[in-house]
Amino acid sequence: MISLNVNDQNFEIDADPEMPLLWAIRDLVGLTGTKFGCGVAQCGACVVHLNGEAVRSCVTKVSRAQGQKVLTIEGLSKNNDHPLQIAWNEENVPQCGYCHSGQIMSAAVLLREKPNPTDADIDQAMAGNICRCGTYPRIRKAIHMAAELNKKGGFAK
Amino acid sequence: MKNKPERLSIKNKGLLRIALTMITILSLVSIMAFALHEEKLAELPVTNIPVAKDSVASVEAFKKVYSVLMSPRCMNCHPAGDVPLQGDDSHLHTMNPQRGVEGKGVFAMKCGNCHQPTNTPGKNTPPGNPNWHLPPANMKMVFQGRTPYQLAKQLVDPKQNGNKDMKKLLEHADDGLVLAGWNPGEGRTLPPMSHADFKKAWTTWLTTGAYAPKK
Repeated sequence: MISLNVNDQNFEIDADPEMPLLWAIRDLVGLTGTKFGCGVAQCGACVVHLNGEAVRSCVTKVSRAQGQKVLTIEGLSKNNDHPLQIAWNEENVPQCGYCHSGQIMSAAVLLREKPNPTDADIDQAMAGNICRCGTYPRIRKAIHMAAELNKKGGFAK
Repeated sequence: MKNKPERLSIKNKGLLRIALTMITILSLVSIMAFALHEEKLAELPVTNIPVAKDSVASVEAFKKVYSVLMSPRCMNCHPAGDVPLQGDDSHLHTMNPQRGVEGKGVFAMKCGNCHQPTNTPGKNTPPGNPNWHLPPANMKMVFQGRTPYQLAKQLVDPKQNGNKDMKKLLEHADDGLVLAGWNPGEGRTLPPMSHADFKKAWTTWLTTGAYAPKK
């Protein structure tokens, strides 16, 4: 059995230690907000936080997460009211939406480390998250908006 | 009585002139040969490790060292810019990850987010190592674009080599990330010689005086 802490909840899962964390999260824990895109760490759809870092869960073995803190899109806020989620909604960022849980999880690390990012910071932070609908201009706009919301008293986890 | 010493003197002067000319020619040839082939680098900080100076053996060994360090498995993480290189053609790493202050990436693009402690199975997947990183921003240790002379000079300069003395340089041949070059994951070529041969050349280069080719 492998002990996982996902979104501040403990789980004991029966999994091969080599299993990708993504499968454990989706199939064994039952949280399907995190998506499978490429399976080889190329697209960013599967980004979750492992001890606060934006890891790609498709290539992260579940054994790496044992006893560590995992945060998925479902745990980013209690009421879908993280500044990034509010901004994403306000700016109508998603088109098909498939990549956006990964986009938001990456953006959350950026805002934690750089509360007021420039366009260049956003480009550097988000370069590994691909959106086949091409929503990049709206992603950038929403991150700036979330930074403003944070200043006005929001929070960034 | 007067003429005899003068005649001897003239003969002696002639011999002396020939000897001096030969010495001068030999010296010039030696200097030119030395200048053409190798140059002694700045002395490494003193350690207990014995050095048996042999410029020819040293330069020969460095040629092998250079061929390994300039192979994609080594050079890709010693880029001239702040973006790592990727693949056997050493193109800029897709996704444009940045070096960052510590050499471990920035924001959501940190090396360890994709590069796991071990290689990920399959072609075109991220190779892994528990300590995956570039040299830090304040000590970039660039290999890309360096000539043999420039790289040799850089490698023995503690201000450019990560503050390594002779002992640390010798030990570095067995560093985990150096060894990772010979375990690159599927679909990537190996350095041009075995790790054992590389280590032998590296050790020979350093312990024969760390001479570098002139260019």
